[in-house]
Amino acid sequence: MKTAMLDQILQDQEAKTPVALATELATGDQALIYYDKAAGALADKPGVLEAARRAIQDDKTGTVKLDVGEIYFQTFNPPLRMLIVGAVHIAQPLSRMASAIGYDVTVVDPRQSFASPERFPGISLNHEWPDDGLRELDIDRRTAVVTLTHDPKLDDSALGVAIRSEAFYIGSLGSRGTHAGRVERLKNEGFTESEISRINGPVGLNIGAISPAEIAVSILGEVTDHLHAKEKKAAA
Amino acid sequence: MATSDVNQGSQDDDVLQVAANWLQSGKKVALATVVSSWGSSPRPPGSQLAVAEDSTFVGSVSGGCIEGAVVTEALAVMESGETKVLEYGVTDELAWEVGLACGGQVKVFVEAVQE
Repeated sequence: MKTAMLDQILQDQEAKTPVALATELATGDQALIYYDKAAGALADKPGVLEAARRAIQDDKTGTVKLDVGEIYFQTFNPPLRMLIVGAVHIAQPLSRMASAIGYDVTVVDPRQSFASPERFPGISLNHEWPDDGLRELDIDRRTAVVTLTHDPKLDDSALGVAIRSEAFYIGSLGSRGTHAGRVERLKNEGFTESEISRINGPVGLNIGAISPAEIAVSILGEVTDHLHAKEKKAAA
Repeated sequence: MATSDVNQGSQDDDVLQVAANWLQSGKKVALATVVSSWGSSPRPPGSQLAVAEDSTFVGSVSGGCIEGAVVTEALAVMESGETKVLEYGVTDELAWEVGLACGGQVKVFVEAVQE
């Protein structure tokens, strides 16, 4: 690989620009391929451009047999995102741990004294009302949404946006009773059962978590489980 | 097909940054990348190892079974400038060869990073 190519990949990651590195295994020839452009002779070989763009779209990295030979595609998509609604105590360890796993975390809470940089150093903060905040943040299929406030005013407004988005995971903190009440309210607001059933509540895997940090572990366990559900199914 | 969903969550994005830092400080660098894996191989395609000319390395291409052998190959590739594809399979306990104790198979592409 050329040094310039490595530098370009790092720049693209910084700028959050999706890119695929294509490598012909037999020769070591390479190309950098984007949705709208490409650099490197390998991109001109038949099928390479299309396969690379499919790899970016599907977020897949691996070797593909094309007519021209075996081509390895390594995709560099922007990080997965986690949007946490409610700058409560649990949000502190959850935002730190999710960042450590590689998520780009934003905490959404209109209460500025809760969502403060002192309580969430290094984490992006959004002070809009949750529905506006989540709309602004443009949830895609590489985004997880977790609501933690317990307060129907805040949680419900966020969930209404989340369950009609492409989010790969939606979780909402609260006991079974709290969740039943939430389901009822959303039904009354006109959301369908299949939309409401996308909410994981009570949030997290049942691992007997007690402390805020342990609850964060149980939530991240469930998020990871959803993220890799397809592969898990394929391997079973 | 030997492809895998690799999200940022499981990708070694720091490895490339370390490689770039080494290059900037004037060191020779090679990259080893898992390009396909089968069976119970512990690291998916996209897993990477960066090696500097002084044999220091970051990242991983297995659970630790083949890193030693890959580093040796990477040092050779750094000198020759030629790319190489390495394949490792299940360990034969009777033979003194490098293999994967986990019983998987893995294909690793090794390249020098150079001007």
